Amino acid sequence: MADADRERWRRETLEPALKKAPERASTFTTISGRPVDRLYSAENVEGLDYDRDLADPGAFPYTRGIHRSGYRGKLWTMRQFAGFGTPQDTNARYKALLEAGGTGLSVAFDLPTLMGRDPDHELSRGEVGKCGVSVASLADMEALFDGISLGDITTSMTINSPAAMIFAMYLVVAERQGADWETLSGTIQNDILKEFIAQKEYIFPPRPSMRIITDIFAFSLASVPRWNPISVSGYHIREAGATALQELAFTLRDGIEYVDWGVKAGLDVDSFVPRMSFFFNAHSDFFEEIAKYRAARRIWAREMRDRFGARSERSWKLRFHSQTAGVSLTAQQPYNNVVRTALQALSAVLGGTNSLHTNSLDEALALPTEQAATLALRTQQIIAHESGIAEAIDPFGGSFYVETLTNQMEEGARAYFAQIDRMGGMVEAIERGFPQKEIADSSYRFQQALERKEKVVVGVNDFIGTGEPTFETLYLDESASETQIGALERLRKTRDAGEVARALDRLRAAANSVDNVMPPILDAVRAYATVGEMCDALREVWGEYEEVPAI
Amino acid sequence: MRVDRKIRVVIAKPGLDGHDRGAKVIARALRDAGMEVIYTGLRQTPEQIATASLQEDADVIGLSILSGAHNHIVPRLMELLRQNGLDDVLVLIGGIIPDVDIPKLKAIGVKGIFLPGTGMQEIVDFINLHVRARV
Repeated sequence: MADADRERWRRETLEPALKKAPERASTFTTISGRPVDRLYSAENVEGLDYDRDLADPGAFPYTRGIHRSGYRGKLWTMRQFAGFGTPQDTNARYKALLEAGGTGLSVAFDLPTLMGRDPDHELSRGEVGKCGVSVASLADMEALFDGISLGDITTSMTINSPAAMIFAMYLVVAERQGADWETLSGTIQNDILKEFIAQKEYIFPPRPSMRIITDIFAFSLASVPRWNPISVSGYHIREAGATALQELAFTLRDGIEYVDWGVKAGLDVDSFVPRMSFFFNAHSDFFEEIAKYRAARRIWAREMRDRFGARSERSWKLRFHSQTAGVSLTAQQPYNNVVRTALQALSAVLGGTNSLHTNSLDEALALPTEQAATLALRTQQIIAHESGIAEAIDPFGGSFYVETLTNQMEEGARAYFAQIDRMGGMVEAIERGFPQKEIADSSYRFQQALERKEKVVVGVNDFIGTGEPTFETLYLDESASETQIGALERLRKTRDAGEVARALDRLRAAANSVDNVMPPILDAVRAYATVGEMCDALREVWGEYEEVPAI
Repeated sequence: MRVDRKIRVVIAKPGLDGHDRGAKVIARALRDAGMEVIYTGLRQTPEQIATASLQEDADVIGLSILSGAHNHIVPRLMELLRQNGLDDVLVLIGGIIPDVDIPKLKAIGVKGIFLPGTGMQEIVDFINLHVRARV
């Protein structure tokens, strides 16, 4: 449409209509606070070049997806995150999820495990088995995967500071099941930067933490070649209050930081980057999310090619898991959460996610019941098999609005990259508190928008119901803690204490040198050393990180 | 007699959990509402929180707990507050607390429990109402 025609439409059609019935608000914004125009049209995407900026699926820069046939070949992996109580409790849930048609496992560990503390440590009191499954030693890992053949499934493990120890335990369980490490496939999250930025489950200071990660890269490349040794995660950054753009920018800049450290550790960029994967949030603002995923693929492809000179197509392709937004779930009118989750999942699928977790309706209240977790999985199956959405590739490609948003996402992310590059990189930016401050500001702005009802959450600040339905939730008592502490006491009596001590000495020695820490960790795991003991050995060498609290 | 000073609030995040979005948002909201806010940072033991409250002469302690560890942490803190003569400090919890645990926490002296979705103004009003009775 020519400018004159658009102007005439505005004058003769729109303005009289607005006079009769004004718009609902003077300005419209996304959930991230980004202004939304009334109408997007060809002018908004004038500079867009199909081959350069979009390209067909499977072709650089992969805006329309990394697979040539989209979901027509293979649907995304339906991977439901689960873990609670003892390894035996969680093992039963995994078997139920696989029975219900889940296609991969995803382990949620409890806080003591995530923080490298044994169940009997003073700081673990009240926390064992509460937010995930308690895994203290190889014996727990054996129980967790009892009757599940690790050679036949893929497993994702959300573990960061003690990632090396948990990875080693998984490998030893597989080895004892008779599975060849070369055939194992799965992911460890192993993303410490977003812990410093958002989720705060760090143990060691940033630099030794980064060194463990490059050690894991080198080890897995050589010994477990089909394993993804990192899942660079924006999920937690978003949950902490970041906008969609901040999630995108900080996550990809974290990814760049890992590539940088890997290259500096002597790894060839095309050897390890193809095994890096990503993890994004699927939040409530439908189009903004779709644009975020499409921009992520395009930015990554360009950065790998242009910043690092990667030549392998596999290095250019960004693969990602997504999870619907836990923070969007409400304790009020919990059945509404099913609808929220379905819409969020839809945006992830339309954005080309490679794997997806859908949250359960009860998660603002507790860990999910089995019934709620099954409904969440069914939501994905309905999208996949009933909605028809998976049949055509990148159905929003070419949409004036989505392409404009995708461009804006890339521009905004590049502006953040420039800022962080000027600081010297992401580790330096974190040490200055830069991403932390940006996120805290965004989360406060959003809370203020809620208070003023500029943003509405149904059932919370508007459309408040009377008489909430009664609702059964999972209640976790202290029994897992007692069981785990008892098991640990027995383990400490029966294992070869001398072997454990020698293995931990070798771990300390490796930490003090430039030797890869994985081999001594594997030895310690085989000797049934605990997560807490191995982390303590490293605490002695590297110390612990403490952030300066700031509001 | 009304003492003309700002209400002093210690915001603490006990336990191993690091999800501090809620703690930080409420700290800022209380500060914007004219209160003096001391944020202790992450992973504070009940002993550290009691000490901070004593040193800071707190009128209010706000605990952010999402992990399910409240049944261990809160009774221990209440005991320490009693031992230190801080029984009159207004103790509030924000976070995820199962319904069945709420009466137990109230019975040991927790005055307010604010669940997900609570507006900031509601908490500001609650503090103003209950602390003015004290100072």
